[in-house]
Amino acid sequence: MLRQILAVTGINIRAIPQRWTSSLVIVIGLAGVVAVFTALLAMAGGFENTLRATGRNDAAIVMRGGSDAELNSVLDRASDDLIEQAAGIRTGTDGRPEASAEMMIIAELMRKDDARPGVSGANVTVRGVEPAGFALRPQLKIVAGRTFTPGLRELIVGSGLVRQFQGTGVGQTVRMRGTDWTIVGIFAAGDSHDSEMWTDINVARTTFNRTGSSSVLVALEGPDGLDRLKASLAGDPRLTVDVVRERDYFIGQTRQFRQNIGVLAGVVTIIMGLGAAFAALNSMYAAVAARGKEIATLRALGFGGAPVAVSVLIESLLLALIGGVLGALVAYLLFNDLTVSTMGQSFTQVVFDFKVTPQLVQRGLVIAVVIGMVGGLLPAVRAARLPVTTGLREL
Amino acid sequence: MSESMVQVTNVTKIYERGTQQVEVLHGLTLQIPRGDFVALMGPSGSGKTTLLNLIGGLDQPTSGEVWVGGSRIDRMPSGQLAAWRARNVGFVFQFYNLIPVLTAEGNVELPLLLTKLSAAQRRKNAAVALQVVGLADRAGHKPSELSGGQEQRVAIARALVSDPQILVCDEPTGDLDRKTADDILGLLQVLNRDHGKTIVMVTHDPKAAEFARRTLHLEKGQLLEQSAA
Repeated sequence: MLRQILAVTGINIRAIPQRWTSSLVIVIGLAGVVAVFTALLAMAGGFENTLRATGRNDAAIVMRGGSDAELNSVLDRASDDLIEQAAGIRTGTDGRPEASAEMMIIAELMRKDDARPGVSGANVTVRGVEPAGFALRPQLKIVAGRTFTPGLRELIVGSGLVRQFQGTGVGQTVRMRGTDWTIVGIFAAGDSHDSEMWTDINVARTTFNRTGSSSVLVALEGPDGLDRLKASLAGDPRLTVDVVRERDYFIGQTRQFRQNIGVLAGVVTIIMGLGAAFAALNSMYAAVAARGKEIATLRALGFGGAPVAVSVLIESLLLALIGGVLGALVAYLLFNDLTVSTMGQSFTQVVFDFKVTPQLVQRGLVIAVVIGMVGGLLPAVRAARLPVTTGLREL
Repeated sequence: MSESMVQVTNVTKIYERGTQQVEVLHGLTLQIPRGDFVALMGPSGSGKTTLLNLIGGLDQPTSGEVWVGGSRIDRMPSGQLAAWRARNVGFVFQFYNLIPVLTAEGNVELPLLLTKLSAAQRRKNAAVALQVVGLADRAGHKPSELSGGQEQRVAIARALVSDPQILVCDEPTGDLDRKTADDILGLLQVLNRDHGKTIVMVTHDPKAAEFARRTLHLEKGQLLEQSAA
C-alpha cells in the first residue's frame, strides 16, 4: 500500500510542472491566507508583547475610583499625599515611601511618514513624574543626552517615539500649551513607556494648570502588599480610588485591541480561507480531470483506489504547505520587527514592533494544511471512485 | 490449448444512461483456451470493448459468470479484483496510455511496484521486458521522445513484465501506420507462439485480425460465428 502511495504520489508530483498554473493557484491562494493571518496576529502579538512587558508585579497603580485608564483619572494633591502614606507601600533607602505621583498629558506630534501639509498630528503621551518614577522603573535607561532637570521645561523622549515621529531628536523642541519644551535626552525601557515623553510633574502641573496627578505608582511591600494597600485605601473615607497591580493594568489595556484584532484576523482568515479552499478544490478537480486517463491506467494495472486518493490528497497538502511556508516567509520578511504605532486605550499612540513568532508560523501552517485537506479531499475521493473504463475512454 | 483460460457464461451487461437502460451484451457465452490468440471484431457498439473489459476484470457483468485463469471474477470485490488484475492480466491500449513523466523503464516497472520485488530486481525485469520488445536502448527515454510504434512496444513490455497469464489488447494498432502495426502484431504473435501468452485483441482491422489464431465476430451484443485465421 505504502509503495503504491509513494509511486502514485511521485508521478503526481513530477507532473506538477505540466500543470503549473493550476498548482500555482493553490500555492498563491494559501500564501495569501497565511501571510495575512500571520501579519495580523503578528501585529496583535507585537502590541500585546509591548504592553505585557510594561509594569511589574511588585508595583501598583492607584487611580480615581471608576477610572479604567490613567488618562481618565484625576487625583488632587491631598489624595496623592494620602496615597503615598498608605500601608503596603515599600519604603526606600531614604526612609520615604517608594511612590511617584504621575500626570498624563496629551501632546500632538507629526508622524515621520505623514508630512503632508494640513494633516493633523497624532496624540502622544507626556508623563509627568516624580524622581521616584525612575527608581520604580529600573529598566528605563537614558540612551542619548541626559535626563530632564526638575523645574525646567525639558523632556526626555522614548526611543519608539523617536523612530516614528518628527522633531523628537535631542536638542529639538516640542510646542505644548504655547511654550517650547526642549528635548534633552532619549530613553529606552523596552516597553510601552518607549512611546511616551517624560518631564518633571511639577513643571507639567504649572504649565497645564493642574494641581494633582493622574495616578500614583507605588512599590508594594512583600507578597501581601497589594492587599494591605487596598485595605488601607479602602478604609480611608477621604479617598475613592482603585488599586491595580501595575502589570495587570497594562495587560488590561491590550484587551480591547486583542479582541478587535482577533475578530478581524478570524473573519479575514475565514473569508480568504474559503476562497483558497475553493481554489484548491477547483485546481485539484482540474488536476484529477486532466489525469483521468492516467489514473484509470494505474487502476487498470492494479493500483488500488485508496493509494490514488491518498496521493491526490498528499499533492494538495504539499502545495498548500508550500503556499503556507511562502506566506509565512513573506509575512516574516515584510513585517517582522516592523515598527508601527497605533492608538492605545488612552487615545494616545503606542509604538510597537510586529512579531512573527514560530508559534504564529505554526498556526498559519496548520491553517494551510487544513485548507489543503479540505480542497483535496473531494477530488481525491472522485479520483478513487472514477470508473476505470470511463477514465480509459478519455482522450 | 485445450484447457480453458477464459470462460464467459450467459453474460449480460446493462449500462444505465440517464433514465434509460442499454443492454450491450445479451446472454453471451464464450470459451477461450489457454494459449489462444483471439481477435474480437464487430461494428461500433457491438460490445467488443465491453466484453474485453469483462475478461480483463476492468468491469463486471450485470448477470452471468466470468472465469479467467481459474478465478471467478464477475463478483469479485473491487480491491481484490485490482490485485487479481495486477497478477494475471497485461493491458495494451490503443493510445498506449504511458505515464508521460516516467521513462520507458519507469513505465515498464510500474506493475512491478505492486509486487514484493526489490528495486534492483524490478529494474532487471523491466530491462528484460524492454529487450523482448526490442527497445533495450530506449530505456531512458520518455514517451514524448518515442515514436508511436516504440510507445506501443513500451506498453507491451509493461503488459508483459509481471508475466501475466493473459494479454488484453484494445485496438493495439488503431493509432499506427500499416508497417508499424504489422511489426506490433508480429510481436504479439511471437509472445503468443513462443511465450505461450493467451491474447484477446479487439480490432476493427481485418488485416490485424489475420495475425490471430481465430476471429470472433460480435454484433448487437451477441457472438455471430468464429473463423480460423
